[in-house]
Amino acid sequence: MAESQIQNYTINFGPQHPAAHGVLRLILEMSGEVVDRADPHIGLLHRGTEKLIEYKTYVQAVPYFDRLDYVGTMNQEHAFVMATEKLLGIDIPIRAKYIRTLYDEIGRILNHLLNVCAFIFDVGGMTPLLYGFEEREKLMEFYERACGARLHANYYRPGGVSADLPAGLLEDIAAWCETFPAVLDDIETIATGNRIFKQRVVDIGIVTAEQALDWGFTGPNLRASGIAWDLRKAQPYDVYDEMDFDIPVGKHGDGYDRYLVRVMEMRESVKIMKQCIAKMPGGPVKVEDSKITPPPRAEMKRSMESLIHHFKLFTEGFHVPAGEVYAAIEAPKGEFAVYLISDGTGKPYRCKIRPPGYLNLQALEMMSKGHMLADVVSNIGSIDIVFGEIDR
Amino acid sequence: MTQALKDLGEYITSALPQDVLRTEVNRCGELTLEVRPASIVKVVTFLRDDTGCLFKQLVDLCGVDWPGREQRFDVVYHLLSMKHNQRVRVKVATDEETPVASVTAVFSAAGWFEREVWDMYGVTFSGHPDLRRILTDYGFEGHPLRKDFPLTGYVEMRYDDEAKRVVYEPVKLTQDFRSFDFLSPWEGPLPGDEKAEGNS
Repeated sequence: MAESQIQNYTINFGPQHPAAHGVLRLILEMSGEVVDRADPHIGLLHRGTEKLIEYKTYVQAVPYFDRLDYVGTMNQEHAFVMATEKLLGIDIPIRAKYIRTLYDEIGRILNHLLNVCAFIFDVGGMTPLLYGFEEREKLMEFYERACGARLHANYYRPGGVSADLPAGLLEDIAAWCETFPAVLDDIETIATGNRIFKQRVVDIGIVTAEQALDWGFTGPNLRASGIAWDLRKAQPYDVYDEMDFDIPVGKHGDGYDRYLVRVMEMRESVKIMKQCIAKMPGGPVKVEDSKITPPPRAEMKRSMESLIHHFKLFTEGFHVPAGEVYAAIEAPKGEFAVYLISDGTGKPYRCKIRPPGYLNLQALEMMSKGHMLADVVSNIGSIDIVFGEIDR
Repeated sequence: MTQALKDLGEYITSALPQDVLRTEVNRCGELTLEVRPASIVKVVTFLRDDTGCLFKQLVDLCGVDWPGREQRFDVVYHLLSMKHNQRVRVKVATDEETPVASVTAVFSAAGWFEREVWDMYGVTFSGHPDLRRILTDYGFEGHPLRKDFPLTGYVEMRYDDEAKRVVYEPVKLTQDFRSFDFLSPWEGPLPGDEKAEGNS
């Protein structure tokens, strides 16, 4: 048989591809079945969030953060309200801190459930996706009962949260915490020891600790490479310093470790949620300063002062003293941060959003070089990307 | 914490007296270094490798526009040291023409961040291996995060059924974009209120 010359060719992967987790256009230069170069073209979901925020008051800017990573939404809001609170120099009531911690962990499970199950789906296992979505639906009901929306919560506010939790919600979340580990066991039974799953992910897309630092990995992807770094432990915010939980760390930095770290993190999140519910204190859920949070409705009917405050807050918004701040939280995908510059008016001068997925996707070429085309799909699944936050 | 950051700032300044223009710890407890543009790569490499710093991660890189200044752009780097559990902010000022040296050789993570700053602000980076636009559309013109770029942009696009392709047209708004100035009139002199002006 005559030896045939194989030439490099280019594949256009996306912009609409079920395994791309959104609108990713990937230009792949292939040498046979092996990837030579991968060039992600992003920005297809770019909405100019940072520009829009410059034209909105601080409270009006919060909903934009739900629309970044639309999988675990409240975590993003948290970074922004924390930045605003730091600039205002206020401390929020303890109950609000507990509520935020509780809902951050719900967001983490929401995110990890989708990612883990979609990852398994990408490499051929369909059932976990169905299990995962059932649990996600229950969690989104908890979102809905707290703030009225399943997905785009708009629940956190500079100075606390928008409203107190309704009666009975904490008991229901506690009951869910008891049943959820069994579902996680089911998912693990299907995937963790599965030969087909392991053949697709073990030793695929290995990222060493040095590479992870160099490429700016954070969150589960960094921890899978063996670096025990978690902002909840290292730079605790809200009440994470009072919580007892462990940081799962991987060893090999491959797709399988990233999967395992996420599954373990969900179990730790349940632990945190239980502690939050058990320790949940009473009291107000937002700072009682009418210059920052609106007064109660009933008071507005009687007090002239409250009416003025309400009017001022919802037209002009509160003024934030000039300054700059960088506030980072441990979002489900990694370090999500807001770099906020205030010029002393009611609107942010500059609001840079630092999405973790942006850096994870940037490293895709490094991870996929020399791998097969099918491994690119597995890599995309394992680094956990959502285009809302990458494109902003 | 603040004292540790002050010490760190002094340590960096004493090690690189020629390159660091100013250090500051702000009221939020964050250390900011203002750096001479020519020495950004040197400073960032020092911050990464020196045992007293070990800022192994570039967590963020972004631009800021100050149209009133002669050097209108700031490029802001945020570094994280896991060893010492500290963060530092490094700032470099530049204008439209002067390129900033790329730090991609020091941190691979800078690649897309610098592309984004180029895309959004039009700041160029010398030595960047692949300085293309990243978030905006193919063939986009202008730099949208500049303060003089209008929020609504200049062009809008739609699918033209006759031409069977996407066409770009100048933005037409049925109602002009309204940006209200809510700065309280009580905080300055009222227009036509000479008495108040006389008092102040």
